[in-house]
Amino acid sequence: MAEKNTSAITLDGNEATAYVAYRVNEVCAIYPITPSSAMAEFADEWSAKGVKNIWGNVPDVIEMQSEGGAAGTVHGALQTGSLTTTFTASQGLLLMLPNMFKIAGELTAAVFHVAARSLAAQALSIFGDHQDVMAARTTGFALLASSSVQEAHDMALIAQAATLESRIPFIHFFDGFRTSHEVNKISLLTDAQIRAMIDDDLVIAHRNRALNPDNPFIRGTAQNPDVYFQGRETVNPFYTRTPEVLSRVMEKFARLTGRSYRIFEYSGAPDAEHVVVIMGSGGETATETCRMLEACGEKTGVLRVRLYRPFFGEQFLEALPPTVKKIAVLDRTKEPGAAGEPLYQDVVTVLAEGFGAGKLARMPHVTGGRYGLSSKEFTPAMVKAVFDELKKEKPKNHFTVGIIDDVGFTHLDVDPYFSLDESSWKQALFFGLGADGTVGANKNSIKIIGENTDLYAQGYFVYDSKKSGAQTVSHLRFGPEPVRAPYLIRQADFVACHQFNFLEKVEMLPFAKPGATFLLNSPFGPEEVWDHLPYGVQRDLIDKKLRFFAIDASRVARETGMTGRINTIMQTCFFALAEVLPRDEAIAQIKKAIEKTYFKRGKAVIEQNFNAVDQTLGRLFEVKVPAQPTGQSDAAPGLPAAAPDFVRQVTAIMMRGHGDELPVSALPVDGTYPSGTTQWEKRNISDRVASWDPDICVQCGNCSFVCPHGVIRSKFYHKDYLSEAPEGFKNAPLNARGFPETRYTLQVYLEDCTGCNLCVEVCPATHPLDRAVKAINLREKAPELEKERANIACFEKIPLNDRVSVNFSTVHGAQFLEPLFEFSGACAGCGETPYVRLLTQLFGDRLIVANATGCSSIYGGNLPTTPWTVNKEGKGPAWSNSLFEDNAEFGLGMRLSADKQLAMAKDLLHQLEPALGADFVKELSDAPQWLESEIAAQRRRVAALKNRLQTMDNPLAKHLLSVADQLVRRSIWLVGGDGWAYDIGAGGLDHALASGRNINVLVLDTEVYSNTGGQSSKATPTAATAKFAAAGKRVGKKDLALQAISYGNVYVAQVAMGANPQQTLLAMREAEAYEGPSLILAYSHCIAHGIDMQKGLDQQNMAVASGYWPLIRYNPVLRKNNRNPFVLDSMRPAIPFRDYAYNELRYKVLTQTNPPEAARLMELAQEMVDLRWKTYEDMAGFGAKQFQPVV
Amino acid sequence: MDLKTTYMGLPLKSPVVVSACTLSEETGNILRMEDAGAGAVVLFSLFEEQIREEQARFESVLHATSNVFPEASGYFPQLEDYHVGTSRYLDIIRQAKERVHIPIIASLNGITHEGWIEYACEMEQAGADGIEINIFYIPADIRLSGAGVEKRYVDIIRAVRQHVKIPVAVKLNPYFSATGNMALQMKDAGADALVLFNRFYQPDFDINELKLLSNLHYSDAAEIRLPLLWIAILYGQVPLSLAATTGVQSAKEVIKYLLAGADVAMTASVLYKKGIDHIGQMNREIAEWMNRMDFDSIAAFKGVMSQRNISNPDAYERANYIRILTGAQGGIR
Repeated sequence: MAEKNTSAITLDGNEATAYVAYRVNEVCAIYPITPSSAMAEFADEWSAKGVKNIWGNVPDVIEMQSEGGAAGTVHGALQTGSLTTTFTASQGLLLMLPNMFKIAGELTAAVFHVAARSLAAQALSIFGDHQDVMAARTTGFALLASSSVQEAHDMALIAQAATLESRIPFIHFFDGFRTSHEVNKISLLTDAQIRAMIDDDLVIAHRNRALNPDNPFIRGTAQNPDVYFQGRETVNPFYTRTPEVLSRVMEKFARLTGRSYRIFEYSGAPDAEHVVVIMGSGGETATETCRMLEACGEKTGVLRVRLYRPFFGEQFLEALPPTVKKIAVLDRTKEPGAAGEPLYQDVVTVLAEGFGAGKLARMPHVTGGRYGLSSKEFTPAMVKAVFDELKKEKPKNHFTVGIIDDVGFTHLDVDPYFSLDESSWKQALFFGLGADGTVGANKNSIKIIGENTDLYAQGYFVYDSKKSGAQTVSHLRFGPEPVRAPYLIRQADFVACHQFNFLEKVEMLPFAKPGATFLLNSPFGPEEVWDHLPYGVQRDLIDKKLRFFAIDASRVARETGMTGRINTIMQTCFFALAEVLPRDEAIAQIKKAIEKTYFKRGKAVIEQNFNAVDQTLGRLFEVKVPAQPTGQSDAAPGLPAAAPDFVRQVTAIMMRGHGDELPVSALPVDGTYPSGTTQWEKRNISDRVASWDPDICVQCGNCSFVCPHGVIRSKFYHKDYLSEAPEGFKNAPLNARGFPETRYTLQVYLEDCTGCNLCVEVCPATHPLDRAVKAINLREKAPELEKERANIACFEKIPLNDRVSVNFSTVHGAQFLEPLFEFSGACAGCGETPYVRLLTQLFGDRLIVANATGCSSIYGGNLPTTPWTVNKEGKGPAWSNSLFEDNAEFGLGMRLSADKQLAMAKDLLHQLEPALGADFVKELSDAPQWLESEIAAQRRRVAALKNRLQTMDNPLAKHLLSVADQLVRRSIWLVGGDGWAYDIGAGGLDHALASGRNINVLVLDTEVYSNTGGQSSKATPTAATAKFAAAGKRVGKKDLALQAISYGNVYVAQVAMGANPQQTLLAMREAEAYEGPSLILAYSHCIAHGIDMQKGLDQQNMAVASGYWPLIRYNPVLRKNNRNPFVLDSMRPAIPFRDYAYNELRYKVLTQTNPPEAARLMELAQEMVDLRWKTYEDMAGFGAKQFQPVV
Repeated sequence: MDLKTTYMGLPLKSPVVVSACTLSEETGNILRMEDAGAGAVVLFSLFEEQIREEQARFESVLHATSNVFPEASGYFPQLEDYHVGTSRYLDIIRQAKERVHIPIIASLNGITHEGWIEYACEMEQAGADGIEINIFYIPADIRLSGAGVEKRYVDIIRAVRQHVKIPVAVKLNPYFSATGNMALQMKDAGADALVLFNRFYQPDFDINELKLLSNLHYSDAAEIRLPLLWIAILYGQVPLSLAATTGVQSAKEVIKYLLAGADVAMTASVLYKKGIDHIGQMNREIAEWMNRMDFDSIAAFKGVMSQRNISNPDAYERANYIRILTGAQGGIR
């Protein structure tokens, strides 16, 4: 009998899945990858807390160096009898494929839980579709799809029970983000239910099949042509049996829980003529839409595929209504060049076989279509479009739905006005900033409503791709029935704008239903607010008869000691206005939630939040909406005339949030995009920006050197340029002797400034009478904006300083070099980007970058706009991201190519010598290219060469023309984070360094996986906490520098810009000049360290001062010259390690959670620091011959 | 030899008490203090502003890093277990009370009225035997009168007294116009003991960087004279238990303070320099001295050098000052 389960809970798909997976396994081997990381993190946290599985033991969770490593570990643990699982997605699953063939080939019971995600093809995408699981369909794993949070929870258990019985390993998958990150109210399985589903005899049988020296056998033999084939066929009965096993398990599950599932789940008219076949969350949308169509008398049905492999034809045919005439099979994947997408092909095969065998009266007309790639919306209107297409005599085959394909015309037309009956839901949309707590508050609201009332709740959260100033949109639905709507809200009852300046940037009210409520966080009071609204907002308020409420939440936050944290205040307003709960009850529930959230953080925090709640209601006011708009027309400001066509026609559309409307023809065919597009996206994310004071400035260049966003530029120029300067154009005499007519200007690009304050912190010059005023300070932007726009225009007209005339061996000189990496979306105050920017200043016009996946590939390459840019001559960094794991090899390939093409160019030059002249050829071939002047000279020669080649009618000349650019020395840099260099890419990096080729590696070492949320890497230091090292990292950080030094011929430097910018500059230049492999390890402070980011440079300094991060340079050239190649650039430790470490939450956490362990690890860490320092100090005193000779 | 004494009603087996310092942040050290013979341990200070600052910093970091980016809903593990309020301090009180028999006195350094009361109550509930309230207050606002400053002290003591039942000691500074009268006011407000004196960490300047320096220096034996003076004056005049702190490096300073009238002498600096076991050495030396001087209990000699008990009470007042000055001039000649 079904056990009544009263524990309704709101969870997201990841947690719902991990909850079960953790309880039915003994070992988890994982590696973080979006969007599956949270499953592994939950498992790790539960394990650290001692949460037990259903057998009463605590699962062992281990983070590996890659998904390949995780799969190998899973395989080993399975082969030795442990119930083992893993969680992954996308490229991670691909890295597991080799092991998966083994695991399946050996008939090993296991479940891999996959948050299905797009694959990196023309571009990476973190969002959801089925490309990854479809790539695994040949492994022999069963593929079981979930379509909702509840299903993900339930199928996690069903898969486990089925694998144990069938011995076929399972991939249990659900749609990345759409299901993994959707919060929904579900019925939680009890431990008793889980226990009842798992047969211990099968667990013991699994154990008995394990490798055991007391009962030895061998598994994993090598087989010859005589038996391999037959051996491969032995497993067939197990696959044949699997659907039956799974059906039985599902029936048992239904008896225990009351929730019934089938391998192929048909819903719709019993006499349906048109059926959609679909898998995953889209099945929910299709089913709900079909229900409505059926109610309108249409003979439609939806067949949802839960078990995709093994694909069991008989059950599929049985599930189809016998009346079916036309079938549309929807695949959430893309298989270029195939006869059709995988599910479509399977369906066609099964139908053909069934028809051929006489099991079908007629062969239905089958079409296949693609939808929802990379979490593209899949709405009821799209489902209807598919059904409408089936009504046609000749429905389109191999169609797409949800995009406009104006190239292949595959798309179906979608009625934008069609929607389901949404009247039973309350739907709410919240527009907030990533850092304003809106998403957190909304997750909290869902819990309040979902877990304290009979209402069902759903939440889904959309973020933009920037790490600073990111916009979030929260989609919340509440209703009396379970919310089965895996698509975004289009018509909301409640719209909240948590940031007043969004009114100008984001179209919100088109999503408001007529008569809906609009809530605005406004600095303006009841009398003024209307006049500050853009015309379009006023018009929507009037036309849609919206109720309009406002509150100065930022002020309430300030006055209640919670500056910047408006979340509780806006949440209170929502409950007060949305009428989801009676107001008093809602307020009581908010307070209860506050107590629950903050009970360990002290009464003061609780009281502060209570106070904010209490203050809120009195400050919320309704605004009377006039009959007519009074504002000015608010046509979106156009891009400057200088913006390229692509930016106007494509990028600008994405920037406005209308990328979904771009047709196929608008997009490049091979993932190639123009450089330098961040300059067109003036994001204006900070109200306070850097402002220069020429009278105090000493022109040292420190501020521009550390600016993470490339917004501070310097030029020196003849004073005559000032004749055309606008009034107030800031300038000062150049701080150098002998240039009386030369002026200096430091220009802040204030619309791109994030207000991170690093420039102010690093500025050494202060006002003589007021030490708080520096030569650069943060000031309110608004009063300066117009004036500074004119100043920037003037500044840009002043010629750039000639690279040849700039001494960029100094920080002071480097400020005059143009950055070719600008205005990235990295976190405000990012510790990585100053190094990247410097790289482009030094070598940008001849730079090729191989960028490992991670933070740097996201702020460096995530659309709509990207920061790698070009100089006035159109030259600049050529950048590409291949994958996470292969970046060293990727970059090495670039080097090989450059070397090869250079050799080809030289060879062709010699072949063409009679035509070109011996002297010219010799100059081109042998010209030195170490100084900027030499490079400039070579550029002139190459330009001359190209001119001559263009006039020559000779095939060799054509070839030479195609490789002539290689004659200018190329600078190849491999850039990535510690996750790449220390973990997943370590093998490749090691090999690339050992190759001896002229590659330059820049490791932006944040000591954790920053992009995926702070998971531990082998760069994470002892005593620090991180995800997967919650109890404090106990193993020392890998000394990658020493590892590389051991080769002898690798240039190695360890730098920290905040401690010694000059050494950073020197190291980069030395590394680039060295004609062999170079490795630079750059200390990069990060939000994952738990610091006030404006103190990032101070922390860098303290890391060096404590001896934790010694500054070193190992230069093989010195060794060649019989000198000690190892130079220790930093002073002896002046402060204890703890003085540095305990400024950071990552270390401090442990002093609160486990003080004795914190003390023990801190002592250990100090010992390691001391030892490392001593080793380095000894090395600095060695003779040349104590190091490897250099060939 | 009987080294027993009583401090604010708490019977102690030794007059050597560990004053508030970071050594007591680890309960293992508190055990060692008891084993070494400490009469009681005043725990490290709970600084209200530090807690509030930590809380604010924690909240700010959390806020800035939670749900800001689709790939990372947060950056730190197990945050719900990371509590930056008083709970760790209270845990140490509880753990110490479970593991040692000597009195555990909590030390509270507050800034707000609510903070003083809230934290004092929590300390009592956690099992502290007494509370030492450490009023570290520099009246930098020059509009504030002496009376205003005194009222502030009295208000704090009264507020705490009204909310806790355990004994309350006040650690005060020596910069009152009338320290004796202030002591009386504190008694009236509900104090059970006075701890003389708090050391203000006074700043220094770095003349090259034009920065304030605020490095800590350990007290030395030469600094005992000011507390010695006031203990000797207050003993017997104010019905309060007296504790001496500052400059206790050896048994010699403990004995001097006891002779002046202190019930206990508190020490910390020397424990950093010579280790916690040095308490045992101090106890042994006190016992040897008592043996040599033929005192069989602390009570037998406590306060014998106080102003009330010496034959020439004026020696503690102006006459003493003149004599020293005269002596000093003589010394120069």
